[in-house]
Amino acid sequence: MNLDDFLVRAALAGLGVATAAAPLGCFVVWRRMAYFGDATSHAALLGVALALASDLPIFAGVLAVALAMALLLTAMSGRRVGSDALLGVMAHGALALGLVAVSFLPQVRVDLMSYLVGDILAVSRADLGLVWAGAAAVLALVVWRWSALLATTLSPDMARASGVDPKREQLVLTLALAITVAAAIKVVGALLIAALLIIPAAAARPLARTPEIMALMAIGVGAFAALGGVWLSLLLDTPTGPTIVSLAAGVFALTQTVQALRG
Amino acid sequence: MSALITVKDLALAYHGREVLRDVSLQLAPGEIVTIVGPNGSGKSSLLRALIGALPPVKGTIHRKPGLRVGYVPQKLVIDATLPLTVARFLGLPRRITRARVRAALTEAGVGEIADHQMASLSGGQMQRVMLARALLAKPDLLILDEATQGLDQPGAASFYRQIEAVRQRQGCAVLMVSHDLHVVMAASDRVLCFNGHICCEGTPDIVASAPEYRALFGTGTQGALALYRHEHSHSHGPECNHDTADGSLH
Repeated sequence: MNLDDFLVRAALAGLGVATAAAPLGCFVVWRRMAYFGDATSHAALLGVALALASDLPIFAGVLAVALAMALLLTAMSGRRVGSDALLGVMAHGALALGLVAVSFLPQVRVDLMSYLVGDILAVSRADLGLVWAGAAAVLALVVWRWSALLATTLSPDMARASGVDPKREQLVLTLALAITVAAAIKVVGALLIAALLIIPAAAARPLARTPEIMALMAIGVGAFAALGGVWLSLLLDTPTGPTIVSLAAGVFALTQTVQALRG
Repeated sequence: MSALITVKDLALAYHGREVLRDVSLQLAPGEIVTIVGPNGSGKSSLLRALIGALPPVKGTIHRKPGLRVGYVPQKLVIDATLPLTVARFLGLPRRITRARVRAALTEAGVGEIADHQMASLSGGQMQRVMLARALLAKPDLLILDEATQGLDQPGAASFYRQIEAVRQRQGCAVLMVSHDLHVVMAASDRVLCFNGHICCEGTPDIVASAPEYRALFGTGTQGALALYRHEHSHSHGPECNHDTADGSLH
């Protein structure tokens, strides 16, 4: 395999992000955290602005801001503010604030689009290393805590009675989400990271009878969308990140239709 | 024999609001204790404190060292997007062998549903599956939060008989909470009535032969249900008159 080829790097980056995002995305779907994922990934743009303004690597800036956002959301959930409205405010507020922040940085205004929808064809060797390191960390976290996370998802009190600390598991999810956002911003951009979490998991749902099978199927859907999306975007000369997400959405439509036809 | 759990002068708060105060109680090995009380009386908060999910505002909870607790939550909200078989559920958070799955389900009276989806179970089956999962820990103490909610009277009676059988076989103590103020599990050794504190305490009236009992329960419950007669020495004021709501029982 030739890492000098930008296409190979793009395919590998897409594959890495999709593989890590899919099992984590299952928890996002099961715990109804779609908006939570949205808010965290939208905050990534603010991280980009922060990184560029302070000469930090983009990965570090995005990781820090996404983590701060996810921790803030976790701390705020369970308060009396309507959770749905609160997350909506945070998701759109973070995006708007990020857009305002980058407008102060002339060098970013030029390629704002690449931070919003990703620029997978421009992934460097160093980027690829970060993407795979991040993806491996997320996958390791989710696999290591899998059963405890699942028990916490079903009932925090039941998990507690079995010796699992639900707060700790929530923190594991929060951390994994922040790392995913940092790894994925180059690949699909701040606007579409949440799509990569949710759509493969949702597409896999009708195909599975156990949580483990659903996660594996979601990885399959994600990998297919990533590789197919890179190829299709070259063929059709379309933006790659949105093409990947469109393909995943197509698989979702397909599995839903098959399920509906089966009754 | 030493107590499984000793609670002293406990006060609990939920979202900054006091829900329970001045609670002292002990649970002895093998006894069945039922807690009744209206909604918001602090019963579920006490259970959550006993499993360590809610820290006390005041007072202490002492658990016997090495105490094993089995917990059956009030209800399980399983999102439609989460595929889960009964067998996989029983293996959370620690995986178990197929043989143990089968044995646990048989013990709980639902031997044949290991491969069913959790979402497809009836209310009664769901309660038994949660009971089976709780029993896998070989608990010294089984804690059930409103376990018969959503079951009809014969369903509740049948579940209570199941619990009694489990207690006899395994010898575990049982602590259960019910929102039904007057109808309790007949096998309860003690009944505690909560309303922000312990209102009264007593034993259930076993009146299975009385005509009133048959009028209330019919004949399908086989003595698993009993009445609890509240003996309150104090008044809670007009907004809190649960003990006079049903005059015929007092």
